[in-house]
Amino acid sequence: MSFISVFDVLGPNMIGPSSSHTAGAVEIACLAQKLLEPPLRQVEFTLYGSFAQTYHGHGTDRALLGGIMGFSTDDLRIRDSFQIARDRGLDFAFIPNETETEIHPNTVDIRMVNEAGQTMTVRGESLGGGKVRITRINGMRVEFTGEYASVITEHQDKPGVVAHITRVLSDWNVNIAFMRLYREGKNDTAYCIVESDGRLPEGISDQLKANPYIHNVMVVQP
Amino acid sequence: MDFKSGEELLALCRQENCPISRIMRLRECTQGEASPQEVEERMSQVWNIMVRSAREPLENSLRSMGGLIGGEAQNQGICGPVLEKAITYAMAVLEVNASMGLIVAAPTAGSAGVVPGLLLALQETYDLPDSWMAEALFNCGAIGYLAMRNATVAGAVGGCQAEIGVAAAMAASAAVELMGGTPEQCLTAASTVLMNMLGLVCDPVGGLVEYPCQNRNAAGAANALIAAEMALSGIRQLIPLDEMLQTMYRVGRKIPVELRETALGGCAAAPSACRRCGGCNS
Repeated sequence: MSFISVFDVLGPNMIGPSSSHTAGAVEIACLAQKLLEPPLRQVEFTLYGSFAQTYHGHGTDRALLGGIMGFSTDDLRIRDSFQIARDRGLDFAFIPNETETEIHPNTVDIRMVNEAGQTMTVRGESLGGGKVRITRINGMRVEFTGEYASVITEHQDKPGVVAHITRVLSDWNVNIAFMRLYREGKNDTAYCIVESDGRLPEGISDQLKANPYIHNVMVVQP
Repeated sequence: MDFKSGEELLALCRQENCPISRIMRLRECTQGEASPQEVEERMSQVWNIMVRSAREPLENSLRSMGGLIGGEAQNQGICGPVLEKAITYAMAVLEVNASMGLIVAAPTAGSAGVVPGLLLALQETYDLPDSWMAEALFNCGAIGYLAMRNATVAGAVGGCQAEIGVAAAMAASAAVELMGGTPEQCLTAASTVLMNMLGLVCDPVGGLVEYPCQNRNAAGAANALIAAEMALSGIRQLIPLDEMLQTMYRVGRKIPVELRETALGGCAAAPSACRRCGGCNS
């Protein structure tokens, strides 16, 4: 069981009205934007379940948009996130999907396009009390929460890739708390998620990319 | 320094000869990631946000996102100072919350008014220093932590008794410590609240954190005050907090799904509520 802090009880400090529909939405979007090189130019949110039904009254839309611009749960700018996004030249759209029901009730798919034209789709679930998890990246089932410093690699499923990742982490004296691997198939696209204690050192991304099979490295600091 | 139950918490209080707040603070500083100074600063920020959210609507009433509440945080004056203030502040925090203002979830956003409502009422009425309020919040945290660890604080899992019920249990225990009670009396007060709010359903109109949530924050603050008064006057309870948390959890899981935050039953399904909401097709 993970540690329950006094600030998990008295917290999060948040813009209302709902820890799951507002604060959780901020958290998911804020995590998602850390996975793609800034600046973002376009974002599309597909809302499922209770998110789709009650997003307007809970400010879920403003919360998601605030999160995608990097605001934290207690940032009052969330109220004005529509205007701020327009001022920044960020295109946005919200699509409620009420037909898909075999899904966690507070789920959102976030499709992002950055200035370089790269796209990424991230699925997040809001679990209550402001806790969230990312469950898909570009359609691949994954799982991480952003509570720990995390490094995520997108690579080709080949021998030695994981050894390279652990060697680099070892060289930087990073302690691995959790490590998970996902792949679409043998030799196909794969993801590795490593969660560690403390903050990850800045130079880690370039060294990880030195392996020819590693295509992309995402670093999420807590 | 850690504890997993109310019983272990009381044993630590006896062993260290200190109040619950002290044990909870030590737990945070020894088991958590933050330094004692960071913990201190974060808790004082929590109190500052709580106080601001309790006072703001008294000067400028705020309209909620869903349009169901706004302007209720007014004082009529028949309950005596502590309860009048507690009701007003508890409702004020929900007004701030429902209008996308800044609050502290305690333990949830929908129950965020109870703890600041009662604690601020006590501080103003009895002229208590801010340093005491930080201690009271650590006491609250101990009760909320036990509820999160051993039961639930989610309305979708356990109904309103898990949200407002737990918030009121936290507030009651903190009130007892603030007013000079013993650790045993704190847990007795928390247990009393859970007993008195057992079975309360979560039935938000339109699925929004507005109505009846705001009313129930006032009711939670009142229940907390009743339980604190009883515990301080020496009334004991047959059922200790640990058992009461399990009881609340078991009852919560037996509450039908229509009455656990789905907005399909209870107040949410009353004809007037449906007319006002007009949200679903059923």
